[in-house]
Amino acid sequence: MHPDISVTNLYKTYASGHQALKDINLEIRRGEIFALLGPNGAGKTTLISIICGIVNHTSGTVLADGHNIASDYRAARARIGLVPQELNTDAFETVWDTVSFSRGLFGKAPNPAHIEKVLKSLSLWDKRDSRIMALSGGMKRRVMIAKALSHEPQILFLDEPTAGVDVELRRDMWELVRRLRESGVTIILTTHYIEEAEEMADRIGVISQGQLILVEDKHTLMRKLGKKELRLHLQAPLESVPESLSDLQLELSEDGTELVYTFDTSEERTGIATLLRRLAEQGVDFKDLRTRESSLEEIFVNLVKAKV
Amino acid sequence: MNVYGIRAIYKFEMARMWRTLMQSVLSPVISTSLYFVVFGSAIGSRMGDIDGVSYGAFIIPGLVMLSLLMQSISNASFGIYMPKFSGTIYEVLSAPVSFVEVVIGYVGAAATKSTILGLIILLTARLFVDYSVDHPIWMFLFLVLTAITFSLFGFIIGIWADTFEKLQIVPLMIVTPLVFLGGTFYSISMLPPIWQTITLFNPVVYLISGFRWAFYGISDVNVLLCAGMTFLFMVICLAIIAMIFKTGYRLRS
Ligand SMILES: Nc1ncnc2c1ncn2[C@@H]1O[C@H](COP(=O)(O)OP(=O)(O)OP(=O)(O)O)[C@@H](O)[C@H]1O
Ligand SMILES: [Mg+2]
Repeated sequence: MHPDISVTNLYKTYASGHQALKDINLEIRRGEIFALLGPNGAGKTTLISIICGIVNHTSGTVLADGHNIASDYRAARARIGLVPQELNTDAFETVWDTVSFSRGLFGKAPNPAHIEKVLKSLSLWDKRDSRIMALSGGMKRRVMIAKALSHEPQILFLDEPTAGVDVELRRDMWELVRRLRESGVTIILTTHYIEEAEEMADRIGVISQGQLILVEDKHTLMRKLGKKELRLHLQAPLESVPESLSDLQLELSEDGTELVYTFDTSEERTGIATLLRRLAEQGVDFKDLRTRESSLEEIFVNLVKAKV
Repeated sequence: MNVYGIRAIYKFEMARMWRTLMQSVLSPVISTSLYFVVFGSAIGSRMGDIDGVSYGAFIIPGLVMLSLLMQSISNASFGIYMPKFSGTIYEVLSAPVSFVEVVIGYVGAAATKSTILGLIILLTARLFVDYSVDHPIWMFLFLVLTAITFSLFGFIIGIWADTFEKLQIVPLMIVTPLVFLGGTFYSISMLPPIWQTITLFNPVVYLISGFRWAFYGISDVNVLLCAGMTFLFMVICLAIIAMIFKTGYRLRS
């Protein structure tokens, strides 16, 4: 079976001269959830916008379900639903009208039963006759999702679906995405949150400065990236890491008041017990400790560094 | 052909008109009524007939054209400018619709609105001045052709404009003078010869002339030439729009 989305040698240079995408090659499989991770300005939205037909590409080829997005745009776009990053909605239309509009625009015959199903699944049914401008931000985002689902797309793009969304709605969103996947929809989402990717995705792509620096199965990636830090706040500052502890992965903070231990969360043995025992043996006292997961930002930095 | 897509855009645009009924219909009707009161009744009663038509009746085709042009341009330009401004244009750009379908939807709705409005203004004029229509079918065809042509023109302006000022400036600075100098209030033959020649470069002359012929059977310019010029302008607008969609000008970065 051919991939649902196939991107080959894709380049994008904006009119400003900014090169937003460099030689992107990517295949999205039918029915998977693919998370695109990357810092601000990495090119996630640009990539999605090109695939969906909102931005022109400079060179390269994009196929959606085997249909070229340029020469066979009708077939390609009819299969794709998009929930953009920005909350761009009409103001005066009712929820029902705007969602029905989307279905028509994508060339589907009216189907009130389907619209009803979509609105109910997004808890918008009570709001169907409300004007969009009277809705809260979270509800507007759901309206945008409803619009994208109105025409029963086979491939769904969610550009930061959980940005600015409360915890409950985020859970709902994850739930919805899972249900959609079960019904066979291929989902590509972008996010800044690694936990979100961890929660949802089958595969993860990391994009940085317009380059796709890695595409990996989630479990493999999590193993590689799942680093944690243990920070021990010392009773008395140290000059340097004691010689006798040099075999451990310890670093001293600049002011000498904290010892930082980096470990791998996915390992059977994290080595924490050993560390604490040996610290006690050496008489290194601490008054506080905390753990911290390495942030996505750091992971990106490391990945990008490793790449250069 | 994505007929559902066309219908969705058309319905959306028409719904916008019903929401803004006051602004869409009432304000042009009022301003045209004022013209009739001032030029038709007050001043017109002191003017002689032109080509055997009373002055009040003479200015009707021109005034209807003025409203038709302004409304076509503003309806169509606003219709496409708003989604660009609010960002909702993303949906149209990502939808499986061709530029022809997008244009039929937006321009069709704008032209429908301004045609209806033109007819309403004609009815309003009846309250002030007595007039006849010699060739009702031609009159209607001119009305529709002009509405479509200038809605296309408005559509181009709406895509080109990136500020509200630019949206207003073309109708105000270009179309209004062209209409006023295009023979709304006088017959071209009343001008000195040199100005008669210059006037022929004003496309609006052909619209008004042809339209007036449909009413009273009198015309400054050959009627077929009038229809031909309007048609030519329409084709030019269509070609420009085709270029816009091909290159993505001001739509796709
Ligand atoms: N229309 C445009 N013209 C010029 N440059 C642009 C345009 N749109 C985006 N860019 C630039 O392209 C780069 C990629 O932007 P893009 O929106 O794709 O990033 P992103 O990964 O989606 O970021 P974020 O996480 O902030 O949404 C940025 O440097 C941005 O400034
Ligand atoms: Mg983005």
